[in-house]
Amino acid sequence: MATRQTQLLARSLLTPAVGLLFIWMIVPLALTLYFSTLHYSLLDPGSEAFVGLENFRYFLSDPAFLASLQNTLVLVGSVLALTILLGIPLALLMDQPVIGRNMVRLMVIAPFFVMPTVSALVWKNLLMHPVSGLFAWLAQLFHLTPIDWFNDVPLFAVILIVAWQWLPFATLILLTALQSLDEEQKEAAEMDGASAVSTFIYITLPHLARPITVVILIETIFLLTVFAEIFVTTGGGPGLQTTNIAFLIYSQALIQFDVGTASAGGLVAVVIANIVAFFLVRIVGRNLEA
Amino acid sequence: MGQITLQGVQKSFGPVHIIKGADLDISDGSFVVFVGPSGCGKTTLLRLIAGLEDVSGGKILIDGKNVVDTPPAKRGLSMVFQSYALYPHMSVRGNIGFGLKMAGLPKDEINRKVEAAAATLNLTPYLDRKPRELSGGQRQRVAIGRAIVREPKAFLFDEPLSNLDAALRVQMRIEVTRLQKQLGTTAIYVTHDQVEAMTMADKIVVLNSGKIEQYGSPLELYEKPANLFVAGFIGSPKMNFVTGELALQRGAATIGVRPEHLRIERDGGGGWQGTIAVAEHLGSDTFLYVDAGPLGMLTARYIGELSLHAGDRVSLLPDPARIHRFDASGNALRG
Repeated sequence: MATRQTQLLARSLLTPAVGLLFIWMIVPLALTLYFSTLHYSLLDPGSEAFVGLENFRYFLSDPAFLASLQNTLVLVGSVLALTILLGIPLALLMDQPVIGRNMVRLMVIAPFFVMPTVSALVWKNLLMHPVSGLFAWLAQLFHLTPIDWFNDVPLFAVILIVAWQWLPFATLILLTALQSLDEEQKEAAEMDGASAVSTFIYITLPHLARPITVVILIETIFLLTVFAEIFVTTGGGPGLQTTNIAFLIYSQALIQFDVGTASAGGLVAVVIANIVAFFLVRIVGRNLEA
Repeated sequence: MGQITLQGVQKSFGPVHIIKGADLDISDGSFVVFVGPSGCGKTTLLRLIAGLEDVSGGKILIDGKNVVDTPPAKRGLSMVFQSYALYPHMSVRGNIGFGLKMAGLPKDEINRKVEAAAATLNLTPYLDRKPRELSGGQRQRVAIGRAIVREPKAFLFDEPLSNLDAALRVQMRIEVTRLQKQLGTTAIYVTHDQVEAMTMADKIVVLNSGKIEQYGSPLELYEKPANLFVAGFIGSPKMNFVTGELALQRGAATIGVRPEHLRIERDGGGGWQGTIAVAEHLGSDTFLYVDAGPLGMLTARYIGELSLHAGDRVSLLPDPARIHRFDASGNALRG
C-alpha cells in the first residue's frame, strides 16, 4: 500500500472518479454563484443584468428570512431531541430478549423506508385531519374538541411528522451500539452494587455518547433541508409559521420566480449549514475521537 | 470472614445439566483453584457463587448464611473478570472507586481507600489515566484493585491471567498469590492451566463434566489421585497408563506411572522395553517418548541431560512405590 509505485497507481486510478465528482459539484456551485449576482426574474425574461450583492441584501433583509431561520433551528433542535430521547428507551427495549424480536425490529425500522411525501400525506389526511383523522376521532371518543393540527400548531405538527420518520434511524444506530456493550462490564457493575438506573447512567449512557454524536451529526445534515413534509402539509403557512430556509428558497424561485434571490438564498443556506456544522463539531465532535 | 460452603449445588440450562450436584467446603482465608478442561463447568460454578447465575438446586452458604436468593452485590464478594471488564470512560481512580461510590461512601473516604489500594498494586502514577492508556498487566492490576478496595469476604477470579503473555503471567501469578496471603482473604480462582492451579492453590478442585472429581491440596492430588481423570489431568507431562496383563498382575484394571517415576536404562533387558520415537532435550530436563510395542507410547522424564536419541533402545523401570492402581471404573485402589 505504502510503496511509491502503489501510491502513484492509486492516485492515477482515482483521478477520473475524483475529477468527475469535482465537475459534478463545481458546475452547479459556479452557476449558483453567477445567478446570485444577477437580476434574474422568470416573469421578466431577457432583463438579466449584473446587480452585485443586491440579491443578498434583499434576501437577508427580508423579514421572512429571520422567521424561517428560527423555524429551521426549532425544527432541527426539536426533532433531534425527540428522536434521541425516544430512541434511547426504544433501543433499550429492543435490546431485551423478547419473542418475535426480529419482527419488532422490522416494524420499528419501517417508517424510515416510507417516502417523505407519502408519510406527510398519511399524517395529513389519515391521522391529523381535523374531521376525518384518527386523532380527531380519538379526541371525540373522550369528548374533547379535535385539534386542527396544521392551523393551531403547524410547526409542532411538522416536527411530529419528521420526528416519526427519523426515530427509526436513531433507534437503529443506538441499538447496534447497545449490542456492542460488553456483557462482562454490566456484570462487573452488578457486582459493584450498581442498580439498574446507576448502570444506565454510569455504564450505558457513556457508552452511547459516540453513537448519539453520530445521530446528531447525520440527522442535522438532513433536517436542515426538510422540504417535502412542509410542501405537502402546510405549504409553509399559515403565514410563515412553517417556512424554513429550504422552503423559503423554493418560494423565492418557484412562487415568486426570482431566480437571482433564490440563488443568493441558496448560498446563504450553505453558509448557515457550515456554521451549524462548525458549532456541532465543536460541541459534540470530541466524542468521536478514539 | 469468608467461609463458603456449597451443598448439592446444581445448575441446568434447559435439559443440559452443567453442574450435577457440587458439595464443597472452602475455609476462611484459603486460596482455592477450580481447574478442569474447557466446558467442565468451572466458570459456571464461579458465577453461581458470585450470583451472576441462579442455582437450579442446592444451597450456597457464605459464613453460614444461604445466599442463593441474595443479589450479587449483597453477597460481599468481588470478581475479577477474564476480559477485566474495566469501565472504559472512567479513569483508574473512577474504576477502582465505582463500587464504593455505589455503596454511597463519602468522597474523601473513597479517595483514601482508592489510593491505598493503588499503592498496594503500584498503580499510583496511573490513577488519572483511562484504561485504554494502560498496558495489559496494568489493566489486570486495576481489575484486581477494583476487587480489593471493597474489602470483600472473598475474591472470585475468572481466568484472570489468560490474556497476558507467558512472562507476565508468571509474574502476575506470584503477585496475586502474595497479595492474597497478605490480605488473608478467601479466594476462588478458575483456570484451565494446571500449572497455575498447582503453583497458586492451597487446595484444588478438579472438575470434569459438571462433577467434582477430587478436592485436595496440590500434592495430595499429585500423589494420591482419586481416579483416572485426576491422575491424567494433574502433572505434566501426563501420567502413563498401562492396561492388560501387566495391570492384572498387580490386581488392577489400569496402572499409571508418572514420567518422572520411570528410571531410564540403556537397553539391558528387564523393565519395559521400547524404542525412542522422539527425544526432547531442554537442558534442565530430558523427555523421551518411547514406543513400547504392546504397551503403547510411554513418556519418561529425566532430570538433567541424557544423551539418548531417537531410534535408541531403552528399558524403563517403574518405581514400585509410585505405581498408581485403578479399578475397571477408573477409581483408585489403595493399599
